[in-house]
Amino acid sequence: MPCSEKIVQWMHDYFDGDIQKEEEQQLRSHIQQCEACREHFYALKKTVAFVENVSHMTPSDDFVKKVMYNLPREKRRVRWKRWFTHHPFLTAASLFILLSTSSLWAVWQEDNEFSFSKQEHLIVQNHTVIVPEGKVVEGDIVVRNGNIKIEGEVHGNVTVINGHKYLASAGEVTGQIEEVNEVFDWIWYNVKRVGYNIAKTLTK
Amino acid sequence: MDMFIKQRIKAIKKGDQSAFADIVEMYKDKIYQLCYRMLGNRHEAEDAAQEAFIRAYVNIHTYDPTMKFSSWLYRIATNLSIDRIRKKKPDVYLDAEVSGTDGLTMYSQLADEGASPEDALESLELQQTVQEAILKLPEKYRTVIVLKYIDELSLQEISDILNLPIGTVKTRIHRGREALRKHLGHL
Repeated sequence: MPCSEKIVQWMHDYFDGDIQKEEEQQLRSHIQQCEACREHFYALKKTVAFVENVSHMTPSDDFVKKVMYNLPREKRRVRWKRWFTHHPFLTAASLFILLSTSSLWAVWQEDNEFSFSKQEHLIVQNHTVIVPEGKVVEGDIVVRNGNIKIEGEVHGNVTVINGHKYLASAGEVTGQIEEVNEVFDWIWYNVKRVGYNIAKTLTK
Repeated sequence: MDMFIKQRIKAIKKGDQSAFADIVEMYKDKIYQLCYRMLGNRHEAEDAAQEAFIRAYVNIHTYDPTMKFSSWLYRIATNLSIDRIRKKKPDVYLDAEVSGTDGLTMYSQLADEGASPEDALESLELQQTVQEAILKLPEKYRTVIVLKYIDELSLQEISDILNLPIGTVKTRIHRGREALRKHLGHL
């Protein structure tokens, strides 16, 4: 048994590394003289060395993987964000497609005013363009957001966008008759028109 | 280093899991070591360490940046280990008796500076004895001893982790050291 509580306290202060210089000297000289305290001190010292030098243990190799696997699923937004930063080209391409389709869609949606190509003899009744019986219209007719009723004759093409065509038995159209009611039809119609215009300018 | 951790934490708070992998990689050894010495069993330590990291991830919003991140992580792992010790049935200690030698083979011992087989055996036995002595400590002494001597933390850090005054930490370390001396001092 060591001599006093005070000496033991000093020993622990020594191991904690916060012993005063004077106390350390007193401790040293006491240990040299007193066998019981010396034994106690060296037993503690040995204990600390044993515990400090106990071998280091490492977790399994796939520790990180296992932790990550068991995490709750991350927010979708973040996954998308990371995907976008990792695939800049695909992001640009999909953004382009998104913007162009949405602008087309917007034009299709906004463009819902009733209009038609001005030709002679045409009569208009409640969003319906009428080619009267016995009259002949020279040229193409395009009707937007309305119907067309053909009782007379049209020497040219007839196109109805977002509407219907009614052809009376006596009515006659020398060119093509087309109804465009879906957005894809409409796109196709625009593409065809552009192609037709290009062909026309080329043949001129 | 601190900047790196702060950045990672910011990303994790936004929900970026891959940032958390860096944190796990950085602290896994320390946290595992703590759990292993507290619980004395490889399998349970691995389980507890994983749970500690998962809890840290889930509760990252409660992390107070004025505290050292590692201290916060240690606190989670310590509390978790203590919970597990309390829930443990006494018979698990039978398993713990041999656990000090887990992962250590005669070969790994022999590889160390060409120690003789006798020395290797002795040190293998010693490893076991030390681990047993640590496991015999009451949990409040075991915690401070493991944090101080196994994870090599300062008294101030231990005081932060356990939210205890330094004086209390010192007293516990002293008592822990005395208790260990009874088992190990005569060797």
